[in-house]
Amino acid sequence: MALYSEKVMDHFRNPRNVGSMENADGIGEVGNPVCGDIMKIYLKIENDIITDVKFETFGCGSAIASSSMATEMIKGKKISEALSVTNKAVTQALDGLPAHKIHCSVLAEEAIKSAIKDYYDKNGIEYDKSQFPDCESCGACHLH
Amino acid sequence: MRIYADNAATTRMSEEAIETMVKVARETFGNPSSLYEIGQAAKDVLENARETVAECFNCSPREIYFTSGGSEADNQAIISAARIGEKAGKKHIVSTTIEHHAVLHTLKKLEKEGFKITLVGVNSKGTVNPEDIKAAITDETALVSVMFVNNEIGTIEPIAEIGEICREKGVLFHTDAVQAAGQIKIDVKSQNIDMMSVSAHKFHGPKGVGALYVRRGIPLTNIIEGGAQERGKRGGTENVPGIAAMAVALKTECEKIPAKTEKLVNARDKIISGLKKIPYSSLNGELEKRSPGNINFCFEGIEGESLLLLLDDKGICASSGSACTSGSLDPSHVLLAIGRPHEVAHGSLRLSIGEDITENEIDYIIKSVEQVVSYLRGMSPFWHDLETGKRKHIFKEIEE
Repeated sequence: MALYSEKVMDHFRNPRNVGSMENADGIGEVGNPVCGDIMKIYLKIENDIITDVKFETFGCGSAIASSSMATEMIKGKKISEALSVTNKAVTQALDGLPAHKIHCSVLAEEAIKSAIKDYYDKNGIEYDKSQFPDCESCGACHLH
Repeated sequence: MRIYADNAATTRMSEEAIETMVKVARETFGNPSSLYEIGQAAKDVLENARETVAECFNCSPREIYFTSGGSEADNQAIISAARIGEKAGKKHIVSTTIEHHAVLHTLKKLEKEGFKITLVGVNSKGTVNPEDIKAAITDETALVSVMFVNNEIGTIEPIAEIGEICREKGVLFHTDAVQAAGQIKIDVKSQNIDMMSVSAHKFHGPKGVGALYVRRGIPLTNIIEGGAQERGKRGGTENVPGIAAMAVALKTECEKIPAKTEKLVNARDKIISGLKKIPYSSLNGELEKRSPGNINFCFEGIEGESLLLLLDDKGICASSGSACTSGSLDPSHVLLAIGRPHEVAHGSLRLSIGEDITENEIDYIIKSVEQVVSYLRGMSPFWHDLETGKRKHIFKEIEE
């Protein structure tokens, strides 16, 4: 059996929406180089709709695949829909991840939320803070 | 193109080792402990193999014990020395920070039993200073264990010097020579080695077979209890086909050392100089005293597992010390021990080439690694931060 599902390998080999974005409306960056993964998501938002999304990722195969899948899942969607994308949904869409790679999908969820939070902050939009857990919730960093 | 460049992980079995294994399995199926002829024929195969292995290391056949591999041999050597020490009230062991986990985890186990473990550090090239070993030895020291060649960064350790110090101090000396056997000349007498572990699958022999050399007079403690096999020190019917295949493979590889070393070193150094041209990369480990086939680099701004997956797509089999490839959260303890920060240790690549590598393959490896590193950097926010000065580079743009 291969390390990853076909879907993970497809998104790893042919990542969707990879790159940076000028004049993004929201940018979220989570993870750190010490842990070995950083995800950065750029959003273009018009009338509450995510019209464009880009990502850049430093990390392993599943980190790149998770970011790619997550961007596909929120592109063209309402902000409220993007906020409801969970790491489980990302994992399922990828036909599963090995147990020790689940944190990659957590990072993807957090990167989306962090980018939306950035958009809210930049535009002075009120939001429910409890919807935005901090990056530490992936549970990996404090172990270093 | 498919290039197998992970010989430090395992090697392809040689044709003669495969043939020997099949031939012995087919023709000499007896149990070496049986008294009838079929059994004694198997016993002959076993003892001939023991003689061959002993010749390769310049020891007596009585000093060779067959095991299930390098890990078992490491376990048995260390536990045995610990038990000997314990009886004399010596409960201290000296080793290094870059050992294989078969050694480190055995030491951890002994630490829980009340042994004091001193892990001597290495310099930034991964070399142990024999003087540091000398300084770490106390009246309580039961054992010094230092690996012959590091499995990740290929550094050859000053085994003969460390052995000499141990002899002077009257302390047992074990070396994990799993990466050295069949690659580097080993002479347990001139190199002052008391105990040594080797593994067949690292020198084109089969998996699941290894050997422990133990200088005569050093009593072993059993790890596996059972019958009277291996002079009662290792229970279990011997893996006769595997042991015979190991002996054949070892003999061939040891005989080939002078011829293959030059070829490997040339190929290795070509790849090293090619990869050094990748900006912000750095060679891990010593260049001069280095295993002939080992290449190990860190690249800033990328992560090792994605590097390996893309190299695999290009047909290159390699390995990395990245946390993601180990299933743990921390990158390689060896890279951390030579002072690499976590963020670059995650971006490491180990190539361990075989002597059959061609000029075309050398060029292809260099070109492929360059392409993959640059592609991954292109999508790496970490790399972009380094480029824009938001984070500081760790390496020089081009290392001398």
